[in-house]
Amino acid sequence: MSVYGTDKRHHTLTVLVENKSGVLARVAGLFSRRGYNIFSLAVAPSDNERFSRITIVVDVESAPLEQIIKQLDKLIPVVSITELDPAVARERELLLATVEAGPDTRGQVIQLVGVFEGKIVDVGHDRLTVMLAGAPTKLDDFEDLIRGYGIVEMQRTGRVALPMLDRSGGRARQPVADSPIAHTIEKAG
Amino acid sequence: MELTGAQALIKSLEMQQVEVMFGLPGGAILPVYDPIIDSSIRHILVRHEQGAGHMAEGYAQVTGRPGVAMVTSGPGATNVVTPLADAYMDSIPLVVVTGQVATTAIGTDAFQESDITGITMGITKHNWLITDVNDIPRVVAEAFHVATTGRPGPVLIDVPKDIANQTMEWYWPEASDLDLPGYRPMTEGDPAQVRAAAELLLAAERPVIYAGGGILKARATDGLRELAERTGIPVVTTLMARGAFPDSHPLCLGMPGMHGNYTSVTAMQRSDLLIALGSRFDDRVTGRVDTFAPEAKVVHVDIDPAEHNKVRHADVAIAGDCRLVIDELLVALDSLGLPHSDATRGGSGGAPSDAVPGAPAASGSPAATFPRERLTPWRSQLGEWQRRFPLVYDQQPGSGALKPQFVLEALRDATPDDTIVASGVGQHQMFASQWWQFDYPYTWVNSGGLGTMGFAVPAAIGAKVGRPDRMVWAVDGDGCFQMTAQELVTASSERIPVKIAILNNAYLGMVRQWQEMFYEERYSEVYLSPDLPDYVGWAEAMGCVGIRVDSTEEVASAIDKANDIDDRPVVIDFRTDAFEKVFPMVAAGASNDDIMVDPSLLGGEGR
Repeated sequence: MSVYGTDKRHHTLTVLVENKSGVLARVAGLFSRRGYNIFSLAVAPSDNERFSRITIVVDVESAPLEQIIKQLDKLIPVVSITELDPAVARERELLLATVEAGPDTRGQVIQLVGVFEGKIVDVGHDRLTVMLAGAPTKLDDFEDLIRGYGIVEMQRTGRVALPMLDRSGGRARQPVADSPIAHTIEKAG
Repeated sequence: MELTGAQALIKSLEMQQVEVMFGLPGGAILPVYDPIIDSSIRHILVRHEQGAGHMAEGYAQVTGRPGVAMVTSGPGATNVVTPLADAYMDSIPLVVVTGQVATTAIGTDAFQESDITGITMGITKHNWLITDVNDIPRVVAEAFHVATTGRPGPVLIDVPKDIANQTMEWYWPEASDLDLPGYRPMTEGDPAQVRAAAELLLAAERPVIYAGGGILKARATDGLRELAERTGIPVVTTLMARGAFPDSHPLCLGMPGMHGNYTSVTAMQRSDLLIALGSRFDDRVTGRVDTFAPEAKVVHVDIDPAEHNKVRHADVAIAGDCRLVIDELLVALDSLGLPHSDATRGGSGGAPSDAVPGAPAASGSPAATFPRERLTPWRSQLGEWQRRFPLVYDQQPGSGALKPQFVLEALRDATPDDTIVASGVGQHQMFASQWWQFDYPYTWVNSGGLGTMGFAVPAAIGAKVGRPDRMVWAVDGDGCFQMTAQELVTASSERIPVKIAILNNAYLGMVRQWQEMFYEERYSEVYLSPDLPDYVGWAEAMGCVGIRVDSTEEVASAIDKANDIDDRPVVIDFRTDAFEKVFPMVAAGASNDDIMVDPSLLGGEGR
């Protein structure tokens, strides 16, 4: 029942954009206008207040990744795009779920949350709200397991990602540098 | 110096050397219209905002400078949506200023409010909603920079009324003050790719240069000519590139595509190397993509890297400005030993390969065996196709129905070679592109990508404003003319003497052609009537001279009369044959191999 999993059709783009109004609409509009599918989307300010970072998981069967990246790159407020192959990225996501947990099952749910190193963030008479942060596949597994107890409500944030560190040299890997289209991607001087 | 936002906006346009703008005022843009009275900028008051946009496009296409239009909020702004979409498709630099309701009213469904930056996001290169009066000079400078550099395109600046009324301390930004961290267009091509392209050029046996509108945008016509002449490679010019390479040149094959000539279409189909320069493999050129030019390798030069591999895989993709890349390519060809020679000017007649003293032509290098001799079979094949499948039409003398092609030939022959021709969209556009002889760049103004009916009249007016020294003719259809004819009132009142040739076949002709050919002659909603409206009476009511032509004998004298009038617009209503179809034709979705030539050429043997 994998929602995201490690499906080969998905690629993660981290897009640095100018922090100006309407930027998200420009990015999302580009995807819908050109018929590309967004799988998940996460937006937050970056460490520099002038810029925000959008993490987009794209369905690369809807269009060649090269074409998506190049069209995205044409948007004026898009400063840089980094393509992260799931194989060389650390990807994380947050899940919040309210689960049925009556007296008979409460112990099992708590145990499961413990196994997955999640947290109980709210407790009701016969429900628990639990939180789990981790790799998307781990969240998929957790979601599968608690489904049997009854999920009342659930939200996932969409994933964020950073490149894996290159242990040999100690510096962050730049996956796009190996890509034939790298020169079109890194345009932030 | 303290200025209002409105004054700063007009002063910023002056700083950008804007000499003319097209527009129509209204509530939200009122403050900005006040300083126009004191400005050096000529403002042309249109009758409909769509006209302002197309005039700005026509102006931009013939001058190479950005066209400027200004309109009010709400309906004024939505009326320029079509010109913006048109300019976006054809990469025309346009700066459109729209009024907007006050910032305090935005989002409240105020009178004449529309979210024009939202509406135009997908049809502008970029747009700006100004929220701080101090941003005005910088945003105007950014807007002109974005519109005119890289792949040109339209931009829009939305100016709320309260911002226009606030005051600011005037400044003019330096280039380094522009706040565009995500915008860095490419210009020069990658040397390794250029070299790879040059090697492919020298190895090809059936090469074709596929020249697109990017040649004109990059002002690369001289380079294109040198490249063609030095290599002897024939050139097709797309609808957007008519005039980029002279039609009279022996290496020019003319227009490819759905209504391109047989030789141009088939040369691309049989080619072993397509050198795409500023062209984008539009569906109207390729026909069915998976059968398009099956044996051709592709060198694709485009300033917009997103065009590479979008439709057709490029064996060598070069992101860069066509003018610079062609120059680099010529240098690379030098270094590969291609001799300098003008031997192809007169067609065949191979020059010796050591025509230029000192040219390194070491035997075994690609250039030593290149070319002109090697291309001789290819060029003779092309010549044979040209002889067998010319463009044809059959004009019966006397009282026979007037053929649109006859009118165009007469018009072409009776006007100066550098006449600017604007057209609308449909049969008349294809006839004009086929039958005119474009020997000068920037003389063909049309709506290629979007296919905007009604483009011709306002675009011709804008072109005449930009090039008052040139004769400007619009070749229009009766359907198109009815969409934007009111701008002839603008032309009359502003003394802009454009000339309009309506090829009046009383039908939406291209649609009629498709219904005849593909819908079993079931004519649905295409008949327009030849004399409703009364075109001569309408023209005269708009301050123009109106002339009606019914037969071949009247054609020449009517054109001569129109050419002599230089103080007002002229409209000639040519009553043309409703049954004439545009040939050749590649049906929509069909392969270019299945091109249909004029039935009279078939003579019983296949195509």
